[in-house]
Formats: sequence, C-alpha cells, structure tokens
Amino acid sequence: MDMLKRVPISEQDPKERAKNFEEVCLGYTEDEAVAEASRCLNCKNPRCVSGCPVSINIPAFIQEVKNRDFEKAYEIISLSSALPAVCGRVCPQETQCEGVCVRGVKGEPVAIGKLERFVADFAMKNGIEPKVSAEKKGHKVAVIGAGPAGLTCAGDLARNGYDVTIFEALHKAGGVLVYGIPEFRLPKERVVAVEVENVKKLGVKIETDVVVGRSVTIDDLMEKKGFEAVFIGSGAGLPRFMGIPGEQANGVFSANEYLTRSNLMKAYADKDTPIKPGKKVVVVGGGNVAMDSARTALRLGADVTVVYRRSMKELPARVEEVHHAKEEGVKFDLLTNPVEILTGEDGSVCGIRVIRMELGEPDASGRRSPVEIKGSEFEMECDTVIMALGTSPNPLISRTTNGLETNKRGCIVAEEEFGKTSKDGVFAGGDAVTGAATVILAMGAGKAAAKGIMDYFEK
Amino acid sequence: MFEIVKKKVLADRIVLMDVKAKNVTERCLPGQFIIARTGEDGERIPLTICDYDREKEEITIVIQTIGASTEKMALLNEGDCFTDIVGPLGNPSEICLLENLEETKKKNIVFVAGGLGIAPVYCQVKWLHEHGVDCSVIMGSRTKDLLFFIEEMESVSGHVYVTTDDGTYGFHGMGTDQLKALYDEGIRFDHCVAIGPTIMMKFVCKLTKELSIHTVVSMNMIMVDGTGMCGACRLLVGDEVKFACVDGPEFDGHLVDFDLAMKRVALYKTEEGRKKLEFEEGETHKGGCKNC
Repeated sequence: MDMLKRVPISEQDPKERAKNFEEVCLGYTEDEAVAEASRCLNCKNPRCVSGCPVSINIPAFIQEVKNRDFEKAYEIISLSSALPAVCGRVCPQETQCEGVCVRGVKGEPVAIGKLERFVADFAMKNGIEPKVSAEKKGHKVAVIGAGPAGLTCAGDLARNGYDVTIFEALHKAGGVLVYGIPEFRLPKERVVAVEVENVKKLGVKIETDVVVGRSVTIDDLMEKKGFEAVFIGSGAGLPRFMGIPGEQANGVFSANEYLTRSNLMKAYADKDTPIKPGKKVVVVGGGNVAMDSARTALRLGADVTVVYRRSMKELPARVEEVHHAKEEGVKFDLLTNPVEILTGEDGSVCGIRVIRMELGEPDASGRRSPVEIKGSEFEMECDTVIMALGTSPNPLISRTTNGLETNKRGCIVAEEEFGKTSKDGVFAGGDAVTGAATVILAMGAGKAAAKGIMDYFEK
Repeated sequence: MFEIVKKKVLADRIVLMDVKAKNVTERCLPGQFIIARTGEDGERIPLTICDYDREKEEITIVIQTIGASTEKMALLNEGDCFTDIVGPLGNPSEICLLENLEETKKKNIVFVAGGLGIAPVYCQVKWLHEHGVDCSVIMGSRTKDLLFFIEEMESVSGHVYVTTDDGTYGFHGMGTDQLKALYDEGIRFDHCVAIGPTIMMKFVCKLTKELSIHTVVSMNMIMVDGTGMCGACRLLVGDEVKFACVDGPEFDGHLVDFDLAMKRVALYKTEEGRKKLEFEEGETHKGGCKNC
C-alpha cells in the first residue's frame, strides 16, 4: 500500500447517478476504513483537531478505527459532535481538518471526513446510540431552529443535564439538512432523521410548526414560559436576487425555493408539491448551493449551465462538489454575469443576457473583483433561471425581541467566542449571525453558545 | 394535535373547518394566515385565518377545492387531524391593531370581498365590530350558490351589500359596480380593504384610485415555507420587490403590480391540474399533451 495515497472510495457511476437521487458516495468498507486509518501518524500535537470547528479528537477516534473498535471510535466522536454522519458527508474537510493534516505535506491527507462518516454509519447500522447524562441541572433552555446550529447547541446542553426544547418553524427538524442539501449528498431518512432522533434521545424536545417571532416571541418564552436562556439558530433568511430586469418573470427561482420543493417537499419523487424542472436551466452563482441546484436540475432531466462571474479558482463551492457536478455533465460558463432575463410573449423566461467579465484588483474579501468587458454581451437560451446568490437575514426575530441588537446588514450581533448577544440570557449563532455559511461553522457556533449558556448558569 | 372539531359545507366546493391549533391562537390577529398540510408528504397550503377562539385554542379556516391538495383537505372529517398547521404567518391587518384603534375609528371604511375573500373579510369586520367600529361590506360572488356568511356578516356590520355577477342574488353586478353605485348615491369612504381573486382586487384598485380612496389588498401568492425563506411569494409593490409572507400579505393596492402577480399565481397551473386529475381519476393521462 502506498502510504502517500488515500484508500480510494467507491462512488456511483457519474452517468448512472446523473439520473437518480441515490447517494453519490458509497462509503468505505470496514477493511478500507482500517487501511485508511493506518495512514494516520497520530501526531503529538494534532493540527487536525484545531482545524475542526467542533474540536473532535480526531487522532483518538482514528486509532480506534485502526484497532477495529468502531463503537469506541463513535463514542469519542459523539463527545464533540451530535451529527457525525452529516459532517462526514458535507463538511469542507479540505479546508479544515484535512487541510492541515501532516500526511498532506508530501502526499494526500488522511480521509478524515470519510472515516468519520464510516464510523457514524457503522453506529447507525448497529444501533449504537450516544450516551445520556444522568445528572439533571433543572434549567430550561429554548433553542430556536432545528438546523445544524440548534441541534448541536441543544445536544451539548442536554448531554450536560439541561432541559432543552427546540422550536422549529418547518414541519420537519433538520433545517438546511432537510430543505437545502439534496438527497444524493445527504440521505434524509437514513442519515438526517437518525441523527435528529439521537439528539432527541439525549432528552431534547423538538416542537415543530412553531415560528418564533410569530407563534410566540422570545420575550414571551423568557417572561411567561419559564425559559431562562435562549439560543437563536434560526438560519438563513430571504433569498437575494440581482435586481436585473426580468427577474420577477415566471421561471426565475431562488435556489432556496427550488431546493426546498425538491428536498423538503420531495417533489423529485413526484409527491404532492409541484416543481418546474426546466429543460434548459441556468444556475447563477458559484457556491455549494449553486452546485446543489445545478445537480438537482440535472437529475430532474434538464440541460444545466452554471454561470459565475469570477473564474474557477475563485469558485467558493467545495472542490469535490464541482468535480462531481462536472462528471455528471453540468456545464460551467465562468467569468460571465447576467445583465437581463429575457421573457417571451407569455411572460415566462426564454433566455438570459450575460456579459463577459475579467478579474481586476482584489476587493475587501481579498479576491480579485470581476469587471465587465464592454461590448461582450451575449444571449443564452433557457427556460429556467435559478438564483443562488446567498440570503439576507430573516427579520421576524429581531423585529419582535426587545433589546436584541442587529448589525447594518440585519444579522444578529453575537460574540464569536460564546455567542452572547446584546440581550441578557440570549445567545445566537449560525447563519442568523454570520449570513450564509457552512453546516460545520453553524455547528461550531452552536457548540460555542452551549458553552456560553453553561457558563451563564454557573455564574 | 390539529384536530378538526367542526366541519361545514358553505357552498359549492367551499368548506369551513374549526381546527385545534394552540401554536396559532396565542398570538394570531385578523389579516394573518396559516399553512396547513395533510399526509406525510403533503403540500404546504396557505389559508387565511377566518376566525379564532383563544380560549378553546381553535381557528376557523375556509377551504376552496381547487387542486389535489385542497381536495384531500376537504375530504377530512370532524375528528380527523391535519398533519401540520403552522402560524400565524404574515402581518396582522393594520386597522385591526389595538395601537391603531383611535386612527381606525376616524375612518369611514368599506370592505370589498369576492369569493373566498369573504371569509378573511369577516374576521376583520368582526374584530372592528367588537372594538366599536362599524364599517360597510360589499360581498359578492359569481352566482348565488357560491355565497356564504351573509348572516354572519350582517351580525357584525350594519351595512352589508351582497352582489352576484349573474344577478341570482342581491345586487346584479360586481363589487366594483356596487361601490360605484354607493359613490353615486353620495356615500364617501376614505379607506377600502379589498380581498378576493387578484383580478377583482385589480379592478377595485383601478376604481378606488379614480375615487381617491386609499385601498389595502391582501395578496394570495404561491408560497412554500411562508416564513421568509423561499422567495416564491415575491411581488412588485411600487417597483420594489416585496415578499408577501414577511412584508405582507396586505399591501397598498394602488402600488401593487397585479398583472405580474396574476402571472406568478398561475405558474403551476399545469402541474396542479395534472395532480388533481390523478387524484380524482387515477393515472388516466400519460403524457402526449407536451406539458408533462
């Protein structure tokens, strides 16, 4: 075995999977996992741990995989993460734990994410559950939103004996894990539902169909309903659009809408909620959400092109997602930006006018900012345009909570270290604070806030 | 949890239900709506709140069967449960807020309700009546068989005008015709609330603009989550993009782009029609129409 190279992992054939919603990556077998685990150098000062937003003891769990004690490996991960099967699938490991792995200096880093996934899947298959704490603290905490931030915060608090209730606006728990990330990347019943169930087994109550800010307010939760602390993990908000002509036409969707119809409402499986799959689809944007939209449209039978205003190097989506999208047949038109959406006689989308871009000086984010090339406009034919440009914060909670500070973008202001907001006893984290980011960063924020809440009670 | 405690057929394809919904009744007010779902993979259907009882923790909703999902709902009986009901969603009507009551009392208000819009209008008129505000109501439908809530409306308003397009009941003509007739009689309103089919609201607004009556409309857009995430319910109000679920559903009717809204509301007609046929007749239709 070449120790510089990863043990390869099997995937569904691109031609096959472009037509179905089954999971792309098939995961390691026991022997493959053990072989990959043996590549870990078990460093004295493990850089991977500091690269992990929830600080999983990575070398320790990998050593247990090497020893074939998968149950012990699961126990170690469970101490730090409530959602290992999710993280093993959707974390950007290449920029976190694996990005700093010493193995990666000369060869390929250890496949930490794939090993985490293997361990979590093993636990699920064998009915191994996280351990429940015995000692009850008797403090009531409300968590708003059953997404990655909320589930993590609730899980950590429950494990430490707190009485936690999650209020979820949708009819199903999971947040972006159920409405946003597609089935082929993250199976809903087999993976997400099981990990949500595990959080419940820690003692967390989940009340769905409660919109905080409408059904009940934070002030009511604290003043009338006996909650002593609140964590806001309400997630992303309203979809952004470009503000170009034609954007309100039929056939222009936000990625949030397109993905929610397909994922949460299972339109891909032809359930009650309709979807317009589109025959020729243009996806605008270059993040993971854009890739998810493009690959969903492709599986629904469309010819799909991603339009992004910078170059491949700046594309913010995970390398693996872009690679998978290309393999499956998604086309990319880079350094291109829409200027107008064209509509036919019936007012529906019939095309998109775009302009070529070139990269100029670096902007505030450090990336070279795209500049229009004069006279380079051209038209692309399409019947559907999906806008994947991020979101702006949902105003429902900030509007109805006294003394909760927001910044000029409308995001809730919270200290990074422990998620403390301007209101006593109220903590926040995840997309509601940072704007659209990743699952694991939201989990990191949920974890930090759980620590903050525990400190708050100890004082 | 969301048990149907009362069901009543109001008119052809229109049913009323009183449903247990503790999560909604604590804070709901006239003008707001809920989203209901029936079945494991049921569609999220927005429905206006037509009445509520905080003590009994019940809301009243009125459902018109227009697609497969609403037909499934209409088949539920007393004792059955909705899978989900979430709300209240959207903002309450401005004239039904206690903090605005003094202002509201100074206004001479007329409601124009069309079709299913009669139900949400009743909710607002009742609230105003209970708070000492009397207002006029023009309520109408295409034909007599589609009318409902006449007695209920008369119990909360001293000036109810019923219209039918075909003249089978009450005033022969549309709501706009009745409003114009009242104006010609010398009755002056300074605030109008129009709720009903988009096309009706469009024409009410056209008239009230001519008559200089400030007009509020309640926009019934397509929604998925209804909480400010999907952006399906966007519309143009005075050239600004607004989301009916967080910014509405009520807007200044003289600023709404109704033509665009009507196109957006019709977006899924083909898909919905196909699902409805499938639900009613089984899989009788298998492609060939080039739409599916």
